[in-house]
Amino acid sequence: MLSEQTTLAVKELLYKMADDLLILGHRNSEWTGIGPMLEEDIAFSSMAQDKLGQALALYQLLHQLGEMEPDTVAFTRNSPQFHNCQLVEYPIGEYDFSLVRHFLFDNAELLRYEMLAESSYEPLAKVARKFRGELKYHKFHGDTFVMQLAKGTEESHRRIQESLNFCWNLALGIFEESPLEQELIDQGVWKGEAALRQNWLEAIRPILESCGLTIPEENSWSPVYGGRKGEHTDHLQPLLDEMTEVFRVDPTAEW
Amino acid sequence: MVSEKEIWKALEEVMDPEIPTISMVDLGIVTTVTVSENEESAHVTLIPTFSGCPALKVMEEMVSEKVHSLGVKNVTVETNFDIPWTTDRITEKGRKALLQHGLAPPPENAGMIELNVLSDVACPYCGSRNTRLTTPFGPTLCRSMHYCDNCLQAFEQFKPVG
Repeated sequence: MLSEQTTLAVKELLYKMADDLLILGHRNSEWTGIGPMLEEDIAFSSMAQDKLGQALALYQLLHQLGEMEPDTVAFTRNSPQFHNCQLVEYPIGEYDFSLVRHFLFDNAELLRYEMLAESSYEPLAKVARKFRGELKYHKFHGDTFVMQLAKGTEESHRRIQESLNFCWNLALGIFEESPLEQELIDQGVWKGEAALRQNWLEAIRPILESCGLTIPEENSWSPVYGGRKGEHTDHLQPLLDEMTEVFRVDPTAEW
Repeated sequence: MVSEKEIWKALEEVMDPEIPTISMVDLGIVTTVTVSENEESAHVTLIPTFSGCPALKVMEEMVSEKVHSLGVKNVTVETNFDIPWTTDRITEKGRKALLQHGLAPPPENAGMIELNVLSDVACPYCGSRNTRLTTPFGPTLCRSMHYCDNCLQAFEQFKPVG
């Protein structure tokens, strides 16, 4: 059994991870039918499906810890009650932005769940062991296309670099620490956001450098925090309104 | 009155709704079957192939229906993450069943997947390894898409998951 303090910390961790997955899953699904080519349409739609399934598994863990039913949690909260990082809530924009966001996010995601597979909180370790096999494909996809486009034409290289510059500080916002971070580390729930960020930098740097892309100068880094505390851009609420439209018409509907 | 063994046997006849040649047992998603002492209740545990697999609910219902048909009064079917499903759980019979459906079976030791493992696959139609990966995502989460440069056919692989 978890202590009261650890339960609070675990819940906070689960909420932010589940919300990241739900929101980015929804954004990915917006590529369904309009991908730049059929294979990319299918890839983003498949990754969306994975992310929604993973979000559901995490909301179920929260439910087991006494939170509301997954559908209630997913469909009845407003923007300030969401704990996703701001990176995932931005509209899909052009394909280069969606691709670079996916590359940065899913490299972190794979490492996150590899770390969590060792968690002292066994229910979380179990789902993490499942997710990491799925996330491997997300990383394959992001790495492959970022490298291909960075080595493509002058325009494709420029676009990937510009999106990387735009996404960088938002991506650093993934690793915003919780006030209860030390509790999670002390209890062996996982090694924490700072350790993840370090692993992530080590993983993506050689990939980006191998295709001539440049990570912004470290002294210019300014992580976009706030998402984990419910501070969001104006992009999130319209997404939630759209996502919950059917649910709000008839919350008891079955299909 | 029914034994656990009989339930396992019966579940070999419950087919994957998306790949009707392979049973849920051969797919490796049934993890436990327990029958109560008075043999009136049975509990079956499944594990998901993919967290986002939309066929999960349908599979739970199919399993429940099958066990009911054996005369068990109370049947509960639960899906959990206690054991991570990997493609190494597919039985030899299951691998043949995939091939029969026109799907290349996944390579073994799925824990070690890298892109080259995913790309090195024999065409399910002509057996040639002169094939290439077109995309790791296919019509369902569990399939990748390939092209055979020998018989000039597009085909799908049941993709390795570790």
